[in-house]
Amino acid sequence: MSALNAAGWRPEMGPAQHPDHESSRQPTASGDKGLMLEEPLIFELGKPGSTGVDIDPASRAPADALSKFRRRQQCQLPGLTEPETVRHYTRLSRQNYAIDLGPFPLGSCTMKHNPRLNEKVARMPGFADVHPLAPQQTVRGALEVINELAVWLIELTGMHGVAMSPKAGAHGELCGVLCIKAALEARGEDRRVMLVPESAHGTNPATAAFAGFAIENIPATAAGRVDLAALKARLGPDVAGVMITNPNTCGLFEPELKVICEEVHAVGGYVYCDGANFNAIVGKVRPGDLGIDAMHINLHKTFSTPHGGGGPGSGPVVLSEALSPFGPLPYTARMADGSVRLIEEEDAAGMGHSQAFGRMAAFHGQMGMFTRALTYILSHGADGLKQVAEDAVLNANYVLRSLDDVLDAPFGSSGPCMHEALFSDDNLPEGFSTLDIAKGLIDEGFHPMTVYFPLVVHGAMLIEPTETESKAGLDRFVAAMRSLTARAKASDESLKTAPHFAPRRRLDETQAARKPVLNWKGG
Amino acid sequence: MPRYFTKDHEWIDVDGGTGTVGITDYAQGQLGDITYVDLPAAGSAVKKGDAPCVVDSVKAASDVYAPVSGTIESSNEALEAEPELVNTDPEAGGWLFRVALSDPSELDGLMDEAAYQAYVAEL
Repeated sequence: MSALNAAGWRPEMGPAQHPDHESSRQPTASGDKGLMLEEPLIFELGKPGSTGVDIDPASRAPADALSKFRRRQQCQLPGLTEPETVRHYTRLSRQNYAIDLGPFPLGSCTMKHNPRLNEKVARMPGFADVHPLAPQQTVRGALEVINELAVWLIELTGMHGVAMSPKAGAHGELCGVLCIKAALEARGEDRRVMLVPESAHGTNPATAAFAGFAIENIPATAAGRVDLAALKARLGPDVAGVMITNPNTCGLFEPELKVICEEVHAVGGYVYCDGANFNAIVGKVRPGDLGIDAMHINLHKTFSTPHGGGGPGSGPVVLSEALSPFGPLPYTARMADGSVRLIEEEDAAGMGHSQAFGRMAAFHGQMGMFTRALTYILSHGADGLKQVAEDAVLNANYVLRSLDDVLDAPFGSSGPCMHEALFSDDNLPEGFSTLDIAKGLIDEGFHPMTVYFPLVVHGAMLIEPTETESKAGLDRFVAAMRSLTARAKASDESLKTAPHFAPRRRLDETQAARKPVLNWKGG
Repeated sequence: MPRYFTKDHEWIDVDGGTGTVGITDYAQGQLGDITYVDLPAAGSAVKKGDAPCVVDSVKAASDVYAPVSGTIESSNEALEAEPELVNTDPEAGGWLFRVALSDPSELDGLMDEAAYQAYVAEL
């Protein structure tokens, strides 16, 4: 790869004006570098008492009304005017990295493009300005959106019902597992064991434990998939169910899932599928056809709603016919008069939904995310969603095969990967680690990939390019990775102290975890 | 004092009816810098294979499995302030917890030092 504009030349410059003369760089008096600005802590800015709003001194409460709760010291709030506050956060944001700046191969939450059409629709007043307590007849359009999205999610997954209220992936997992628990209780059975394969997401065992189940691990095969024989051997009357991630966290499709579902059902258990990676199979595989009983869908991943940047997630859970009766309230239903209603406690029995295990949230779910996800679905159409899966898988395999001659791909011989390419640190020389590659990527202008997970792979590097990266973008990423690997193999010691060009050098993560400093103390 | 090893990289020193448990030098090397150790409470009962203790490193949170069944007698409180002892002195000062053995015959299934070193060499 030839570096983009390596010399920093601009058309208006003469050839002698290339700015790459290190010797001519003197430290600046301000500490800023060009227009990249250093930024102190907010407490070090402004002065106490400064404020961006007028506060009426007369609004102070009288001393006797506060009694012993009266504050004796100044409260240590920073004192900034509005422009100082705006500049503080804008300067910080310039030091940040975002999906709108470049690739985000982390493979977590929304690391793919958030179409601007989603944002336009979500900002329409009829969706953006509704209140959860508004009378239902005044928000019929919003209810139509929730219901229409629910219909699409059921159709895309081949399932029977859907709970829309869970707020994100792990919340959705809990919803699904609570449905399983309610179904077992309705059968009068006390099954305590939840089986979790090693190739599952780390949140799966945490969710099952939170719901009161005992966790037992099922090993992965050498090919990175669920060990079917080990799973079969463990099944029995004490097993409540299995939590499987598909495609799994090694980036592989679980081809035995249908058999697994049949075996688990045969002993009276249920199958929970972690659908965080549904973007790899959407439009291609319907989990309901495989026999799955519950699966959450990360709208903030598969359907492109923003989350990685701090927006709310949304994790609806699709349910099989066996589990649907236990799904939480409220849910939307189309009534005989054609309108959509939100079914709450007082209506549930009349709708034949009296076995709901309870609620996952106060209200119906993340309206803003529903609007964005439905916009994404409708603007792509069924054929477009198929292409989402195809391109996600194609891009990951392109990365896998572009790097597997320089990095060890532990499951490279297990066939094509799905949406993620997984490498180990086996080919890195002694003294160089996965962390060095990740930190080097920051210097190269990329957000690092997931590192040291999944645990079944030593020094794992898990790369999810997503379907929205172009071939040119992937080539630049691959070239950066090849360069970093080559530097490690050439024993380039400077890689061990990367990043060198980021606003901060390598941080002491160990010290930050062992002795975190959580309070600002003024000097 | 005999020392035994598990395939999950715990060691146990047995002195009379009490076993002192820690993780091996190999294990701490794989985990990287230890940042926190979640120690078991004295008096709690453990079964062989339970995970009474969790070791957090910069890379991962890892269960420490009980090599034997019994009752927790004490845990290494020094680790609360200095979890790095598990890195610097894993097989002595960085011990994790002591357990009163309820079934000493469980030790028969564990490895001795030579067998463990051979096992690690294969990994």
